[in-house]
Amino acid sequence: MISVEGVHKSFGRQIVLDGVSLQVQPHEILAVVGPSGVGKSVLLKLIMGILQPDRGCITIKGESICEACSEGRRNKIRACCGVLFQSAALFDSLTVFDNIAFPLREEKHLPRDEVNQRVLDMLEALSLKKYAFRYPEQLSMGIRKRVGMARALVREPEIFLFDEPNTGLDPMDGQEVYELINDCRKKWKFAGLVISHEIPEVFQVSDRVAMLWNGKVVEEGPPAQLIKSTNPIVQQFLKGKTDGPIRIQ
Amino acid sequence: MMSISPVVAVEKIGAPVLGFTERWGASVIFLYHAICAIFRPPFRFYLFLVQMLQIGTHSTLVVALIGLFTGAVMAVQGEYTLSKFGATAFTGSAVALSLIRELGPVLTALMVVGRAGSAITAEIGIMRITEQIDALRSMAVDPIKYLMAPRILAGIVAMPLLCCIFIVVGIFGGYVVGVGLLGLSAGTFVSQMVTAVDTFDVVSGVVKAVVFGFIFGWVSCYKGFTCGYGAMGVNRATTGSVVTSSVAVLVVDYFLTSILTRVFLQ
Ligand SMILES: Nc1ncnc2c1ncn2[C@@H]1O[C@H](COP(=O)(O)OP(=O)(O)O)[C@@H](O)[C@H]1O
Ligand SMILES: [Mg+2]
Repeated sequence: MISVEGVHKSFGRQIVLDGVSLQVQPHEILAVVGPSGVGKSVLLKLIMGILQPDRGCITIKGESICEACSEGRRNKIRACCGVLFQSAALFDSLTVFDNIAFPLREEKHLPRDEVNQRVLDMLEALSLKKYAFRYPEQLSMGIRKRVGMARALVREPEIFLFDEPNTGLDPMDGQEVYELINDCRKKWKFAGLVISHEIPEVFQVSDRVAMLWNGKVVEEGPPAQLIKSTNPIVQQFLKGKTDGPIRIQ
Repeated sequence: MMSISPVVAVEKIGAPVLGFTERWGASVIFLYHAICAIFRPPFRFYLFLVQMLQIGTHSTLVVALIGLFTGAVMAVQGEYTLSKFGATAFTGSAVALSLIRELGPVLTALMVVGRAGSAITAEIGIMRITEQIDALRSMAVDPIKYLMAPRILAGIVAMPLLCCIFIVVGIFGGYVVGVGLLGLSAGTFVSQMVTAVDTFDVVSGVVKAVVFGFIFGWVSCYKGFTCGYGAMGVNRATTGSVVTSSVAVLVVDYFLTSILTRVFLQ
């Protein structure tokens, strides 16, 4: 579904990604883990075509999003992707209802009745009904992420990208988000990418894990393989030690 | 004495020049996209109206207030200056001409920049750092079309309207002070004003207001759109937006005045 090949990205002198290659198969969820600031969010923005890679190629369902020269072509490719951003990125001038209706109105231009029906169904499915007419600032972070998921799911994505789905949540809300992801996955059957630094919690939603460090993928495989890895970087990250090859600058 | 190698010297000069050119280029490309977006259907009349409310309607009171006192001050100053030449009969024309040609457009623009420009930059900047703009793009909605075009258009439409309010209220303020307090003759005040002001003065005032509205929208949106990281980024963008717009308004004002006067006097 998603294929990232040899992608390089730097900002000025700072090299963030230095030859990253990843594949996501249909109906598979890949977790990308790594310490903060390694460029996990940058990778997600490259996949969405919001940033452009310096080198390398990213294809989604066989179509290259980097070579799609016009924004119109990129939008066609994006139409099958949903994103849950790190802080949910809800539009704070709109109510929960309007936030969820937004992609249906602005992107798909559906008639009013159908929009309302689909938003109501979505509110029901994610048990958000009682928040429908609140504004994002009146909601807890956990509910905001739920709304963010609803806003992405209402577009019926085949690919779902999650940027740190449980950052800023307490452990209970965090666990709930993972369960929500698993439930939604059963219902909507999307493939996806989960970005996180929370291990081993993230393993419960992912089929495979790739660890990113220093601009490269240092280890990739099923969660069990990652846990058994002999790579000192992986072991240090898994155990959360402060001494080892990963230095805190 | 320390010697500097020519390469370093060229680099020292070149880097800021390149940076400057790049920023200018980026802002012009941004403007080009925004203008294309204004003329590309579908037209979002609702979004435009919301911005007219924010930029226009909500600025009306403060613009009128400033207009009132500017007109009043102009009457006092005009009467004082003209009395040195025994020409207080021309106070009405002095007040009207300075308001219509210069003070109306410029002061309105500075006021709107301070009030609405900073708000637009902060709003768009926060949307940028909270990833709302990325979210728009991920949903195939063009942020320039959805966020910038209505604001720039509303700036272009609202500014001349606010400027007219400023001028009308200003002339009223001048009249009240001139006729009511300084004892000038009401008939002379008005009749001198009517003979002195011609169409060109009004047109040049309105043209200025339109251009200032355009500068205001362009700078405020661009600064917000290119906002840096965090609270500091929004801080810099907002300050930069107000300073750049204000300076640009005054600089452009000089050139516009020269050009318009040339063109119309021929
Ligand atoms: N638009 C940008 N401009 C400049 N630097 C950026 C930009 N986006 C991200 N970075 C830099 O890239 C690095 C990785 O950021 P990010 O992907 O957000 O990390 P994380 O893995 O925690 O999500 C950071 O050091 C950040 O400073
Ligand atoms: Mg991140």
